[in-house]
Amino acid sequence: MTQFLEVVLRGLGSGSIYALLALGFVIIYKSTGVISFAQPAMMLTGATITSYVGPALGVMLFTGFSFFVSMAVAALLTAALALVIERGAVRPMVGRPAFVVAIITIGIDIVVRVVTSGFIGLGARNIPNPWGLERVELIGLRVQERHLVSLATLAVVVAALFWFYRYTRHGLAMRAAAFDQEAALTQGVSVGSVFALSWAMAGALAAVAGTLLAISAGVDRQIWIVALVALPAIILGGLDSLEGAVIGGLAIGVVESLVGTYQRDYAPWLGDNFAVVSPYVLMLLVLMAKPYGIFGTPEVRRV
Amino acid sequence: MTTLSTGSTGSTGPGSTGSTTAPREAAPRARRTGRLSGRPQFYRSYAQELALFNTRPKRIWVGLIVLAAFALSQMLTDNHLNTLALAYAFAIGALGLNIITGLAGQVSLGHAFFLGVGAYTAAAISGDPDGRTIGFGITNILVWLPAAGLVAGIAGVLVAPLATRLRGLYLAIITLGLVFIGEHVFREWSDLTGGAGVGRESAVPELFGLEFARDGDYLTSDQKFYLLMLVLMLVFALGARNLARSRTGRAFAAVRDRDMAAEMMAINLPRAKTVAFAISSFYAGCSGALIYSIIGFFEPSTFGLLLSVQFIAMVLIGGAGTVSGAIMGALFITLLPTLTRELPAYVPFISGQVTDTPNVFQLEQVLYGLLIVGFLLFEPRGLFGIWIRIRNYWKGWPFSY
Repeated sequence: MTQFLEVVLRGLGSGSIYALLALGFVIIYKSTGVISFAQPAMMLTGATITSYVGPALGVMLFTGFSFFVSMAVAALLTAALALVIERGAVRPMVGRPAFVVAIITIGIDIVVRVVTSGFIGLGARNIPNPWGLERVELIGLRVQERHLVSLATLAVVVAALFWFYRYTRHGLAMRAAAFDQEAALTQGVSVGSVFALSWAMAGALAAVAGTLLAISAGVDRQIWIVALVALPAIILGGLDSLEGAVIGGLAIGVVESLVGTYQRDYAPWLGDNFAVVSPYVLMLLVLMAKPYGIFGTPEVRRV
Repeated sequence: MTTLSTGSTGSTGPGSTGSTTAPREAAPRARRTGRLSGRPQFYRSYAQELALFNTRPKRIWVGLIVLAAFALSQMLTDNHLNTLALAYAFAIGALGLNIITGLAGQVSLGHAFFLGVGAYTAAAISGDPDGRTIGFGITNILVWLPAAGLVAGIAGVLVAPLATRLRGLYLAIITLGLVFIGEHVFREWSDLTGGAGVGRESAVPELFGLEFARDGDYLTSDQKFYLLMLVLMLVFALGARNLARSRTGRAFAAVRDRDMAAEMMAINLPRAKTVAFAISSFYAGCSGALIYSIIGFFEPSTFGLLLSVQFIAMVLIGGAGTVSGAIMGALFITLLPTLTRELPAYVPFISGQVTDTPNVFQLEQVLYGLLIVGFLLFEPRGLFGIWIRIRNYWKGWPFSY
């Protein structure tokens, strides 16, 4: 039982990273109707920026502080990159079919990722942080500190997003634009700046997720694959639901962790490393039953 | 392109009785071919417009290009022929993706999976029975090629139920998941695939005793491969072109343009999508089997997301929805590495080594990305669109339109 709970907690820890990424996907989808396949590149870029800023800051005040400062810097810079991309390659495509824009983001993803990989080099770049693979004892369970940090960050981000959407002008504008772009436009909402803002927010979230992911093993060229796991998460939760993204991300993390621990004993025929593909299998199973995810709104088609 | 005239009485109208001999001579010929001379796009019947090559210049040019392509087999060095043979094999796959994405409008990121299914089926059928991996030793290409296509096609039909339930980007994500699951299966099923990092030898191409992988008395191995791939690509391209003008193909186009309207016109949507997936996967399976029969050896990690993206790049850069576009795109993308590999000699800061940065392999990938973005932004019709623009310029010359 202890082992089971520890596995679940570990899953929640990695799940919170998926949830952060999934939030980015959903924010873009809600306001622009497009899935941005450029998120993996944003994540890689964010983590790489942290790995450069972190050592440059040195140890400020106490060890964790410089980590969060460098993470914030990376989030801002990645958001700026996302703004440039949105302005240069995505805005001109407004009004074109969603899948064309999605394929453009695939192209952007490749370009940004390869350029960023050039800055990473062949090995892994370390991100200075006080946690690494350290464990703490928590009500009888041994948990890695980094999982707690990820969960705490997710909690802060979710609270901030809730406040932003609920109580600020821009949040209201984004909700309005997501509900009905034309109606929002006639009410004086600048839909263009909503697009830009959502790309920037998604870029920042991806940077945060990438940094958290790199706590244990550093940044290498391959970590972008992890960002794609957020896709099953958003399918699970529904493409247009923020709470669905959080719950979907956490659920995917837990499932992956459970499969990783128990599959070898109970279903060895699925092969080694089945945990890596388990999110995709889960996604297929969910879609068989609920084509628009658990929290997503079914598409209404009118003649 | 679609000027249509039905029930026209022919070129000899009431006023032409008193005219000179030239039109009177032209008239019978026009009636025989059903065309007006000098008006290639003036159609007199639906059959004419839907013909395989609907204008005479098209027929002539296609004939010339095909002849030139055959002549190339005697003119180029073996190295270049090998690259071109690969390009033709890739073109078959691109034609397949073009059917599902360009014609039926269903975005598939899962093409690499179907390619893998085909490649492994062919390799298993023609493999050495006593070898390390599964093999049945039937090396005749007439056996393993259709088998590879069929197995991949069946895989496509199995995936189709998901596709018929989902639209647009949901489908893109599902097919992306398919690539990951497929890669996992290929990696783990080491009896068939040789396992990750090890791989297996691919299908042995042989046609009634004619072995393609060995130099013959008259033709080298590369020349044989080139001719084989050229012929097969032409067959598949004709098939794709024919499909596009058939009832099924027109149903696909209707689904692409507006699926609800297509349903209103009594097109069975699930059936159309399933058929589109099956045909596209059939092409992909054949393409996978052929590509790796040229290369000779392959391993599971080949069939990753990057391969799918390459095919998408081919279709988009060539021009979605057109057969000639898919072929042009495949040639372009496959020949791109050959060009970029030459770069280090001219551009000092680009290295030919994988360990250096920036190197040609990175440059290649960046180019894929930039080309996809650039074409979609500036010329959504791809290379085919550029060709149309050039053609229209000369057609209207000296006027601007």
